[in-house]
Amino acid sequence: MSLLSVRDLTVKFAMRSQTVTALHQISFDLARGERLGIVGESGAGKSITGFALMKLLSAPGYIDSGTIQFDGTDITQAPEAQMRRIRGNRIAMVFQDPMVTLNPVLTIGQQMVETLRAHRKLSRRDAQEIALTKLREVQIAAPELRLKQYPHELSGGMRQRIIIAMALLLDPDLIIADEPTTALDVTIQADIMELLLKLCQANKVGLILITHDLGVVSQLTERTLVMYAGRIVEAGKTREIINDPQHPYTQGLINALPQQTLPGQMLKQIPGAMPVLTDIPPGCPFSPRCAFALAECRRLLPQIMQQGSSEVACHEVNRLHSDLLLEEGR
Amino acid sequence: MSNLLITPPPSRWARFWTSPLGDSLRGNPVALVALLVFSVIVVLALLAPVIAPFDPYDPTQIDIMNSDLPPFWIPGADPQFVLGSDDQGRDMWSAILYGTRLSLLIGLAAVALQATLGIAIGLAAGYLGGRVDSLLMRLADIQLSFSTLMLAIVVLAVTHAMWGAAVFDRYAVVAVIAVIGLAEWPQYARTLRATVLAERQKEYVDSARVLGFGPLRIMLRHILPNAMSPIFVISTVQVGNAIIAEASLSFLGLGLPASQPSLGALIASGFDYIFAGSWWITALPGGVLVVLVLVINLLGDWLRDALNPRLYKV
Amino acid sequence: MIAYLVKRLVQGIAVMLVISALGFAIQSHLGDPLRDLVGQSLGQEAQQQLRQDLGLDDPYWAQYVRFLGRVVQGDLGTSLFFDEPALQVILKKLPATLELVFAATVIIVLLSVPLGVYTAIRPHAILSRVIMGLSVLGISTPVFLTAILMISVFSVGYGWLPAFGRGDVVPVVGYWETNFASLDGLSHILLPSVALAAIMLPMFIRLIRAEMLEVLQSDYVKYARAKGLHPLRIYYVHALKNTLMPVITLGGVQIGTMVAYTILTETVFQWPGMGFMFLEAVNRADTPLIVAYLIVVGLIFVLTNTLVDLIYALVNPTVKLARMGA
Repeated sequence: MSLLSVRDLTVKFAMRSQTVTALHQISFDLARGERLGIVGESGAGKSITGFALMKLLSAPGYIDSGTIQFDGTDITQAPEAQMRRIRGNRIAMVFQDPMVTLNPVLTIGQQMVETLRAHRKLSRRDAQEIALTKLREVQIAAPELRLKQYPHELSGGMRQRIIIAMALLLDPDLIIADEPTTALDVTIQADIMELLLKLCQANKVGLILITHDLGVVSQLTERTLVMYAGRIVEAGKTREIINDPQHPYTQGLINALPQQTLPGQMLKQIPGAMPVLTDIPPGCPFSPRCAFALAECRRLLPQIMQQGSSEVACHEVNRLHSDLLLEEGR
Repeated sequence: MSNLLITPPPSRWARFWTSPLGDSLRGNPVALVALLVFSVIVVLALLAPVIAPFDPYDPTQIDIMNSDLPPFWIPGADPQFVLGSDDQGRDMWSAILYGTRLSLLIGLAAVALQATLGIAIGLAAGYLGGRVDSLLMRLADIQLSFSTLMLAIVVLAVTHAMWGAAVFDRYAVVAVIAVIGLAEWPQYARTLRATVLAERQKEYVDSARVLGFGPLRIMLRHILPNAMSPIFVISTVQVGNAIIAEASLSFLGLGLPASQPSLGALIASGFDYIFAGSWWITALPGGVLVVLVLVINLLGDWLRDALNPRLYKV
Repeated sequence: MIAYLVKRLVQGIAVMLVISALGFAIQSHLGDPLRDLVGQSLGQEAQQQLRQDLGLDDPYWAQYVRFLGRVVQGDLGTSLFFDEPALQVILKKLPATLELVFAATVIIVLLSVPLGVYTAIRPHAILSRVIMGLSVLGISTPVFLTAILMISVFSVGYGWLPAFGRGDVVPVVGYWETNFASLDGLSHILLPSVALAAIMLPMFIRLIRAEMLEVLQSDYVKYARAKGLHPLRIYYVHALKNTLMPVITLGGVQIGTMVAYTILTETVFQWPGMGFMFLEAVNRADTPLIVAYLIVVGLIFVLTNTLVDLIYALVNPTVKLARMGA
């Protein structure tokens, strides 16, 4: 049984003048201990997916339809009290910027101990012991000192390590990391990624890594979802998506990587920009920017279909695939 | 084939009504009522010389025999004095009309003064930067911590004692406007400075400079328009504050004298009679004052929310 | 820490120097000290002689220095009306004002925090809307009108509470007589302190509400929720401290305004405090008392501001460490 099972999740935002759909019928599964990446541009809906899973959508966002099953239990309609027992305890989150994630007026120790005591009956001394253990796991020197310090006294990399330690405090089944390395220096990024990988493998913790950075995804995840304008356009094994992208958008993303361009050449950007949520074109949302767009792309929304080991939502890919099948006489 | 019907362009009122600002107004009944009441008060006050049955400043029109008449809903009233009369025999309705006019005048003049001063200082501080900036902002901090009311009380008390009542009364209006106007510039200065600092980084300022525009022109024509929203919001609240400040000063006897009655002076003149006798001398102008400042504050609140560039709002 | 205190001390002294300079300027230009002393009865020559003896013909700065010397020793001149040392007059009236301000501050603190927090947590509840509505009304009403209204309702109307004066005060020590020791005293201080609080309460409620709303949108609050913490803990441990810190600073700025409002409140209630005394001194052109009042108020102002800054620095962990040179 999979750890997390999301079916047709739709999230909307009730704004002053209209209601906007931010996520359209998102579906995916996550096995125990599996590491999944969610990639896309800003505004594609990746972070919203992460928050929706934790039922942390801030008004005016709300879950309109669909189901979220966590460890066999349907939590879509779960009351707040039930969600509170899950948050921090069985599903932990790592946010983007550790400086603004940690409360500046509380010590690290206070913020770690409170997390533990919110979910377990522990004395302060015991909670501190556990906190120290986790700090050592993330390789922080002088952990006893850190407990007494305030966030602004520590470097960015150290803060993010502490956040990861905090995520592991209660030995969760799943960590949702939203752009965990984006706010860090490039040199620190590699350290943090390696740390995250090691810890998830060692503790058999599932990971949902939300990022726009394909490099990060390729190093950390086993499977990847590609999102565009609130929909999943491609899903599959990370290695295959990177090496053999099917969807035109994914191809565009890979091609736009600086590594794909020879020195002296112009970078290959995808022309245009992702549409605003209030202004999504009919049919396939990517069609205005797609080099392969057919007439039906502008009319009909492509459904996600299994193509080999990946799932792709694209008319052109479907067409190519069915042509291939016809050719092979199936 | 083109449509040959030519429709007249929408009037300015229609354009405002359908603009985002107008939308916000339409959706907010409180603000709408506030705007209505405010407009009525302003119109009545402006037309005071025309519609007031008496001139409360004209001593020949005042007869002590008419004093202390109650407003029309109380037995013993005189139909000539609709809202009653004060202890000198002045008609309350006329006094209130002229008083509102004076209070509004003082409020608007004081705000115009503080805005001009504050904007000038803010622009200078933001654009010139460095030592000038630190000095001006230091002054602003100090000025902010001394409350305007306290400052006004001290300054006016001293001038009152120095010049004596007769001289002071002649210049009272100017003195009050000057004190309130000169004391409240820091708010504007801070806002303008912030705007200048933000806009200075942008490219259009560089291109303007390259084109040879002097700093003054850049500040006035390009940077200043960007600060208009917060200036409007601040100004509405400040007008209300100025009116209250003037009323408080007059109540203490440091503002306008009874011969040039603003709403505050009227309230003060009736203070002795509130609990025994002609309570209306204080209560009626007091009520008008509260309503006036209330609608100004409500409009200020609405403006602040409406002009606030936040994307999501339930 | 020491360096900070020294710096503030120097700043405070500078401000006091400015205020005393202003006070001296007022004193020397307002009325004729000689005439105040002896009236018109002396002849020209005798007056001239007296001028020289008293040092009234000395250069300006010399007189100022002498003035400063007297001030530092506590001699702020003699009140023309009371015929007592001005400082003594003020000290006698000071406790009345301080108790009034204290009572009002207690009311403000006790009410503004829960009300401000509540209106931020449940912005659409009916109670919140009522509170916010009353707040707008509160800041639109000048303090003296509020005071007058309260008197007419509670004193004249229902006759529950007295309308003016301090009532029965119980001596404590020195010049300090307190209202808080007797029932009559309490009944007398109730209305004025509520009136004084009523004008500042709406402002603090709105301030706390605005700060709290912003804090509730912050990332660290969102993160606290993601950790599964109980909402009460999030509101009162995570959010409240961050909310109250800017309120301390902004509240400190309001001290000056509070002094002004005290003058107005004392006038309406005929409360025999410093503010009322100042107004009467202005009306009687009692220059030494006016100047003495300004200097004392200036001192109180500098002291409270320094205290507020100190409290803020101690409460805010980021500031403390920055100063200690980490």
